[in-house]
Amino acid sequence: MLKEKDKIFTNLFGDEPFHLKNAQARGDWDNTKELIKKGREWIIDEMKKSELRGRGGAGFPTGLKWSFMPKDSKLTNYLVVNADESEPGTCKDRDMIRNEPHKLIEGCLLASFAMNAHTCYIYIRGEYFNEAVVLQKAIDEAYDAGLIGKNAAKSGWDFDIFLHRGAGAYICGEETALLESLEGKKGQPRLKPPFPANKGLYGSPTTVNNVETIAVVPTILRRGGEWFSSFGRPKNTGTKVFCISGHVNNPCNIEEEMSIPLRELVEKHAGGVTGGWDNLKAVIPGGSSVPLIPKSTCDTVLMDFDSLSAVKSGLGTAAVIVMDKSTDLVKAISKLSHFYKHESCGQCTPCREGTGWMWRMMEKIGNGHASSNDIDKLLDVTKQIEGHTICALGDAAAWPIQGLFRHFRDEIEEQLKKTKAA
Amino acid sequence: MSNQKNAFVFNKENEIKAKEILLKYPTDRRQSAIMPLLDLAQRQNENWLSRDIVEYVADYLEMPFIKAWEVVTFYSMYYTKYNGKYLVQVCGTTPCWLRGSDQVIKACKEVISPEPNTVSSDGLFSWMQVECLGACVNAPLVQINDDYYEDLTYDTTKNVLQSLIDGSPLSIGSQSGRKSSKAVS
Repeated sequence: MLKEKDKIFTNLFGDEPFHLKNAQARGDWDNTKELIKKGREWIIDEMKKSELRGRGGAGFPTGLKWSFMPKDSKLTNYLVVNADESEPGTCKDRDMIRNEPHKLIEGCLLASFAMNAHTCYIYIRGEYFNEAVVLQKAIDEAYDAGLIGKNAAKSGWDFDIFLHRGAGAYICGEETALLESLEGKKGQPRLKPPFPANKGLYGSPTTVNNVETIAVVPTILRRGGEWFSSFGRPKNTGTKVFCISGHVNNPCNIEEEMSIPLRELVEKHAGGVTGGWDNLKAVIPGGSSVPLIPKSTCDTVLMDFDSLSAVKSGLGTAAVIVMDKSTDLVKAISKLSHFYKHESCGQCTPCREGTGWMWRMMEKIGNGHASSNDIDKLLDVTKQIEGHTICALGDAAAWPIQGLFRHFRDEIEEQLKKTKAA
Repeated sequence: MSNQKNAFVFNKENEIKAKEILLKYPTDRRQSAIMPLLDLAQRQNENWLSRDIVEYVADYLEMPFIKAWEVVTFYSMYYTKYNGKYLVQVCGTTPCWLRGSDQVIKACKEVISPEPNTVSSDGLFSWMQVECLGACVNAPLVQINDDYYEDLTYDTTKNVLQSLIDGSPLSIGSQSGRKSSKAVS
């Protein structure tokens, strides 16, 4: 269990005010200038040593990502922070934004300096109105104190942060859709390459990072990359904020050590599964886009990238959705299918047409009017969508369905037979 | 609710805000301000956008109307009709559903209107089902205008709606008495 002294987000629940003076008392903005003085090579090197992997879901090594930014481009470099938190199950960035905004802002300065960016945009989902109000206040406080703006924190680096509110589109969490949206267009993902590091916002080199990724940067730089990498397993390091929702006694967000066993996470922090561990049916361990895992897997699996991918699921955003034995799993996944149908941007045919088709088929199965052949057909269609679209939304819509039938097909077919007989 | 052609202009306060918003983006990238300006216009017009208003905003940003209209129709938070003083958005995605969002919907149907997207007879509110609002450990929840009401049950949903009818809205956030997303111990 992660010790209090090793928690990065000591005010995750807003026990204290978010304001600058409170944040400074918690250690934020402590001699930021000195960190910048050590230079961008040092910063990127520490990030690489920390082995931090992006916290937005894909888990790409952050230090490596930063090193892709051109060092002597004549164009303006940008840092864009993805605060469009919309993956069902996920609500960790919300707490960081409303209760620890100064960690994020300081992280923006340090990351931008490391990537030669003088400007940062934070793209926050439109529904997080009150969170945006808090973040804007915190940004204003940082400007007033000279921590950002001209000669930010007396470092000699000029740095501006602008907050941009979205307007309700899950797809804008996809980095290139986010950039389109920031340019004032429909949020439809771009073809890659070119990757944002070469041609991103306004055609300039851009890095898009998740809120949590950026918010942990100041602490990593203060305490050292090796301190961060001492938590968790190799390549799966650090502390992580988990969101535990669904059928647990005490749903919550909690910062823990990476690679904590799923069972320990749920039992220690969320009061356990409703009705006890044996009442567990399945868990979606990393937000709606990753396949569920059955109880037998939950018994032993560790909460990290490699452990979960070894059981054909993923850590994703570390949003743990717990489902007990009372759950109608077909309905639970069908609701996710509806989500993807609603959120498909409509650009690629397999996704635009396929997400609706998959949802209708899931409903048919849920209503008991389907046959084993229908399940075969559905799984075949998921394979035709997966990997055949510009962005990963098509994959994300296909995987939960594949996961469901991988583990529960027999049970579902049994149910279909019973319905037919009745 | 009808708007005369080109009757809409930003009021003084919003005109200042619009100019401030434009400063966030490079001067040759005015289109970047479309989302915040549509939001501003919508707030000035009882939370909905008519075609004329969108035309005004498009002109303001020197962009074609159709590009602005694409943005209006692509994103779910721009409304092209009046939704009442309070728009109640119920999350029905899996994490909320697992914890009883059907009961929240039931309460909305009883208090507001049997059908979604229908303004209640007193004109006070309408409700609609939406996808994940991103507060899943405080499920189930609703968003009412800008505010989240969390950890709801059938009864507390009714209490929240009644408080709007009474003109003294309950405090936002968790309705179960806990603080933010911290586990109850």
